[in-house]
Amino acid sequence: MADARNRPLSPHLQVYRPQITSVLSITHRATGIVLSLGSVFLVLWLLAAAAGPRSFEIAQDCAGSWLGYAFLFCFSVALFYHLLNGIRHLFWDTGHGFELATATRTGWAVVIGAVMLTAVAWILGLRIVGGL
Amino acid sequence: MAEFRLPKNSRIKPGKSHKPPEGARRKTTFKVYRYDPDSGENPQMDTYEVDRDRCGPMVLDALIKIKNETDPTLAFRRSCREGICGSCAMNIDGTNTLACTKPIDDVKGEVKIYPLPHMEVVRDLIPDLTHAYEQLASVKPWMRTETPVSPTQERLQSPEDRAKLDGLYECILCFCCTTSCPSYWWNPERYLGPATLLQAYRWIADSRDEATNERLDELEDPFKLYRCHTIMNCTKTCPKHLNPAKAIAETKKLMVERQG
Repeated sequence: MADARNRPLSPHLQVYRPQITSVLSITHRATGIVLSLGSVFLVLWLLAAAAGPRSFEIAQDCAGSWLGYAFLFCFSVALFYHLLNGIRHLFWDTGHGFELATATRTGWAVVIGAVMLTAVAWILGLRIVGGL
Repeated sequence: MAEFRLPKNSRIKPGKSHKPPEGARRKTTFKVYRYDPDSGENPQMDTYEVDRDRCGPMVLDALIKIKNETDPTLAFRRSCREGICGSCAMNIDGTNTLACTKPIDDVKGEVKIYPLPHMEVVRDLIPDLTHAYEQLASVKPWMRTETPVSPTQERLQSPEDRAKLDGLYECILCFCCTTSCPSYWWNPERYLGPATLLQAYRWIADSRDEATNERLDELEDPFKLYRCHTIMNCTKTCPKHLNPAKAIAETKKLMVERQG
């Protein structure tokens, strides 16, 4: 008992097996961060549009580049995941959906929904731009 | 701020391998977290092999066999061996559960055993639960009443109101849930954690208790209750199949509802 302050801390993140529920939870936080970054770029894009045709052209070139597409793709995945999981959180706030089987099912539904919505958005988007 | 890495004195070193049993046909390897407070050394993982034909079916059976036959220095808590006392809570194969109700056959490959996560370790598989118990006491987990009742009378409850306590009263306070919760790992001083919050709700939900508002007042705090972000490790790991995440959500709901 004398050396109570020297006691080690038992391992936590290092040994705890990731659970479907906890992985989806940390993904919600991660996609939230991606969305914040995306909003900054959205504002920059709008600023460029307001500043005139030359700067808007540069912004469009950036967004249309390989890197721009990659970023927009991540942004859209994050948007749809965060949106759908946010709806899941709203149901939880009303006290529903806490049974383990339900929480697992709604979790997977969010993942599949996010993938599908992203695919639909990109197919529609590329059609409009003329890439498909 | 959350500290994701283990402090220097807590990093696990490789440990000893104990002699495997002779003539065993069916063996299982156990890797067990060891910490000896007298040695001043870091914790280590010791390896034991257990003859499964001479061992009971549960992880606790194997631990007792190791202690009896291989290594009497191994320390762990246990008592009832039937999932009702909550003493043998530990991290087995990556999740928290009771060693006495966890079948060895549920684990594929070698069985890794650690103490309950993110707790101060007294020795081997024994965590210091003092702080967790203090948090439990802080919610006053007993019936608070004002209406006097004569000593010859009971405080009555309808079967419907009694049914509201199902899924709450069965908690055995093993703290598997609390120590599985990342929110609790990062804020153990200020967040009460799922086990204590389930107990708090157990009395909030009790029709005989007359301190519901005070209880909610006591939880109205950015940390005590609201560090729960519905990660649901608690519900997932509860060896009694209770649902602390739901109890916490019901408490949050009552907080909103009473504001009208």
